Amino acid sequence: MTDAAPEVPAAPAQPAASVTMPIAKALGSALREAMRADEKVLLMGEDIGPLGGVFRITEGLHAEFGGDRVLDTPLAESGIIGTAIGLAMRGYRPVIEIQFDGFVYPGFDQIVSQLAKMTARHGGAVRMPVVIRIPYGGHIGAVEHHQESPEAYFAHTAGLRVVSPSTANDAHWMLRQAIASDDPVIFLEPKAKYWSKGEVLAAPAAGLEGVGGMHRAVVAHPGTDVTLIGHGAMVHVLLQAAQIAEREGTSCEVIDLRSLSPIDWEPLVESARRTGRVVVAQEAPGHVSVGSEVAATIAERAFYSLEAPVLRVSGFDAPFPAAQLEDIYLPDADRVLDAVDRAMAY
Amino acid sequence: MTPPAVTGTAAATQPIRLLDAEGRLVESEANAPWHELAAQLSTEDRLAMHGEMLRTRRFDIEAGHLQRQGKLGLWVPSIGQEGAQVGAVWAAREQDTLFPSYREHLIALHRGATMDQIIDIFRGARHAGWNPLETRGMRIYSLVIATHALHSTGYAMGIRLDGKSGTGDASTDEAVMAFYGDGAASQGDASEGLVFAASYEAPIVFFVQNNKWAISVPSTRQSRFPLHERARGFGLDAALVDGNDPLASFAVTRRMLDAARQGAPGYIEADTYRMGAHTTSDDPTRYRTSEEEESWRRRDPIARLAAHLREQGVAEAVLAEQDVEATELASDLRRRTLEAATAISDDIFDHVYSDPHPLVTEQKRQLAEFEASFGGEA
Repeated sequence: MTDAAPEVPAAPAQPAASVTMPIAKALGSALREAMRADEKVLLMGEDIGPLGGVFRITEGLHAEFGGDRVLDTPLAESGIIGTAIGLAMRGYRPVIEIQFDGFVYPGFDQIVSQLAKMTARHGGAVRMPVVIRIPYGGHIGAVEHHQESPEAYFAHTAGLRVVSPSTANDAHWMLRQAIASDDPVIFLEPKAKYWSKGEVLAAPAAGLEGVGGMHRAVVAHPGTDVTLIGHGAMVHVLLQAAQIAEREGTSCEVIDLRSLSPIDWEPLVESARRTGRVVVAQEAPGHVSVGSEVAATIAERAFYSLEAPVLRVSGFDAPFPAAQLEDIYLPDADRVLDAVDRAMAY
Repeated sequence: MTPPAVTGTAAATQPIRLLDAEGRLVESEANAPWHELAAQLSTEDRLAMHGEMLRTRRFDIEAGHLQRQGKLGLWVPSIGQEGAQVGAVWAAREQDTLFPSYREHLIALHRGATMDQIIDIFRGARHAGWNPLETRGMRIYSLVIATHALHSTGYAMGIRLDGKSGTGDASTDEAVMAFYGDGAASQGDASEGLVFAASYEAPIVFFVQNNKWAISVPSTRQSRFPLHERARGFGLDAALVDGNDPLASFAVTRRMLDAARQGAPGYIEADTYRMGAHTTSDDPTRYRTSEEEESWRRRDPIARLAAHLREQGVAEAVLAEQDVEATELASDLRRRTLEAATAISDDIFDHVYSDPHPLVTEQKRQLAEFEASFGGEA
């Protein structure tokens, strides 16, 4: 806390025009803009200072804002999240980086029993504007505990908001919205897609309100025969599957969930009523998962429109395997297409 | 398996004690600076401290009765620990923020929470009895052991970032105190709190009431080494104090807190005893002896301060008056508890999030519709 912020040349706080950049840079620029806009925004995490984080998301921020706002913390996830709760009580807006998905569990109690419940426990007198960024998911060939998809634990927990972008534009603007939220947000970043480029739209005149709600589900690709639903990196797999299916004569609509708590049911149910067939896919194990909830709710709300049961494609209910097996474990376009075929055959 | 005797500095450490069990001042060269700090407390202050301890004791006993009569789901007695608590809270300055565990009734009452608000927690009316923004820095009880060691440390880090500590002016510099017990000291969060507090030079004092029992497990199972010595290993200044001596508790806390507000976090181990059960669900006869309980009853902090006040010339009638007043306050609590309002179903939904969340909004609507379907007879 003794590092002074060095002088930096003035730069615009918001992008003046649309810029193409990878998801990693879109996240970094969102953090920079949020920190420039509000001095109460702090970053906390392991190796996020001069190193810029193991994925370099916070690159340059320590140099711009100094060690009092970019806190390279001791190596203790419960400590990071627990002290962030105290900082939020003091009026700060901490944005935490968890180094890898599998490392969030030492902080699990602080998330589910403390952070999530703090506002309710106080009868609304205390707000918890804390964002926990978690690089999640597979396809990076890593050692164990580095490729997991823990979203169901958090989506199951009342008091948390859970979102997961799939594009650079969403990575940028949803992170800005998450930081602006007065509720705790679990922000799941598809780390396998960190270097996928996309256009980040310029700030609309209406500001964060003008970029669309953080919890909206959107149609990523329109179609008429089958609805494919997913979030994060899985959206890219679904788009690939839709492309292949189209060549084979089946029109797939791809919906990017974007938000896992709350889930924006209206576009999902509307699409299911139109197509009558739904496949929901995720990297996480399937048992008691986000996909389960999607399947159950669509069955409940679109029952008379369905031509087939909602089918689920997921990681297997086994620990994430050694890297050589991850391509078998993780759903790919072929497994999605197999489900599409089964849905069409009903 | 009997643990071997603790060796080294541990066995040699004696708690700082200014009043002996009979309420006589303990004078020594080492004690001189502590007596000087305790001298900040006038006889009127000490009498007021005695009154707070008495009120808390009566409140505690009455709440225990209410639980036995089925009016409270649970009660957590603090009997025996009033001396440690009264010294600590009198040492805190007005601008300080206090993070309790769940047995700090005297501290909560001192900072403006009411007996009724504490009772609300245990009769199941609400989770937090009070709004911490209205109780002079008194935060709410924390039931998952030691989790608040981190919240308090983070809050103290925020004070430092705000520039509200470390100016050298103890009358305005802010500090934080976190209260927990010997059992909590085993939790990872307790250790992580010490790591973060030391690393960020947070203005915080951890006030650890070693009451010897974590429900049924003795403090010797939590640590084979004195807890305050452990804190030194984390880089904190630390002290062992006789927790049943209100004056020593005050003096040591005042000094540690004033050092903390200048950037030197501290740790106080208060040697005390949980004279009652852990909660009304507990049965201490299964795990400890009546001889042990009796030996601590002879060290009752209230009797000790009363004896000291008599030595100071306070009339017996004044002490008796405090006793009557405390008893009346507690018995009025019974009437108020029986008349208190019950929680309503909106409380389930209304503050899950700060901003609206469609799932919660929908479920609140569904419940209202369901209840209405009974035509007001539900």
